[in-house]
Amino acid sequence: MITAERKPFDEIYAMTEGHDKVLVAGCDTCVAICLTGGEKEAEILASEIRIKAKEEGRELDVEHTAAIRQCEWEYLDMVADKVNEFPLVLSMGCGIGIQSMAEKFAPKQVMPAVNTNMLGMPQEHAVWLERCVACGECVIGETAGICPVVRCSKSLMNGPCGGSHAGLCEVVGPEGEETECAWALIWERLKAQGREDLMLANRAPKNWSKSSSGGPRKMVKEEAKPA
Amino acid sequence: MTNDAQEAATMTVEQQLAADVAVVEAMPANEGFEPEIIVFACHYCAYAAADLAGSMRLQYPTNVRMIKLPCTGKLEVIHLLKAFEAGADGVYAAGCLEGECHYLKGNLWARKRIGHVKTLLEELGIDPKRVEMFNMSSAMGARFAETARGFTERIRKLGPNPVRPREGFDPAEAVRARMGDAALPDDSAAEVAGAEITAIIEEGLKT
Repeated sequence: MITAERKPFDEIYAMTEGHDKVLVAGCDTCVAICLTGGEKEAEILASEIRIKAKEEGRELDVEHTAAIRQCEWEYLDMVADKVNEFPLVLSMGCGIGIQSMAEKFAPKQVMPAVNTNMLGMPQEHAVWLERCVACGECVIGETAGICPVVRCSKSLMNGPCGGSHAGLCEVVGPEGEETECAWALIWERLKAQGREDLMLANRAPKNWSKSSSGGPRKMVKEEAKPA
Repeated sequence: MTNDAQEAATMTVEQQLAADVAVVEAMPANEGFEPEIIVFACHYCAYAAADLAGSMRLQYPTNVRMIKLPCTGKLEVIHLLKAFEAGADGVYAAGCLEGECHYLKGNLWARKRIGHVKTLLEELGIDPKRVEMFNMSSAMGARFAETARGFTERIRKLGPNPVRPREGFDPAEAVRARMGDAALPDDSAAEVAGAEITAIIEEGLKT
């Protein structure tokens, strides 16, 4: 699922400068599941902005709404009447949702209230781990279902580097949290599958043109397009 | 377990307030200010404790207004924010003793949510000590009254919620005090134009 984190409040509040009407727009799909930008969180942010504005003695009309999915035109139609009442929208959708709103309601100003950060898997309640970078050419069939592109800190394609020790990566998180070495995990699982020989396979350098490096990607399913 | 033993087994209100006490004590007494405090009280404990405090003829400040919940676990972040938005000077939740929640963990959720609201208030420049979580059993009438007194005293010292225009604040009077009678020939601040007057009123509303 796409995950996002709310931007710091001051950064969001600064976006409202010069406006007297603001709509906070949540999205009830991915960002709601990751507890960042659903209707509930949109209501909380709207309340926070109202409190701050009152504190400053500022006239600011803040309301909230939520689209079932901000990234689909049909769901945006359902909130269009509300959105059209406001000159500024603070979207809590992911990068896709924010851009969809900005395009649908152009030239209305749609600002991001969240930072979209990853394609994550909910490891446990309220914890998400990055599992995919949408590189466009999946290799996990050869790596025992563990993605070396996203889970190896260096995105190495041919086994671990010298920084792998006792199953851990030399790279630690910002708060000192340890990272598992993806290649140690791959080795262990390949062994369990009896496919150790795959460790010796020589994988060519990755073709990043199929990822975002190749420019904006486009997918068309001719067979599914309306006749 | 007797009431006394129960009281002793849990942290006293004084201890809970201890972390903030140095800061709060250093503040002026602010006697003239009567804070408005919202209490979210659990049906199974604090609400019954309040009832008991009444039966025991224990005095507690009338500043606290109670909202009964089936469990403090029902409390959402938005409920707490709405209370502040509406002008409450302080808000606290009173749930069951930890480990004794009727719904097992509701009071632990409430404690986490209140912790989150503290960080939100901090972002907004509002003192996070204005929101708190307390625990008590239904047998702790005395503790309920003590909590209400302690928290009211804390909020009294912290002063009014910066969001709410104060009762008793008279815009006309404030402008007259600053600019003299001539500024208000018809006794109405609203009819007097000018940025300076607006500023005085806004400043007054904030203090």
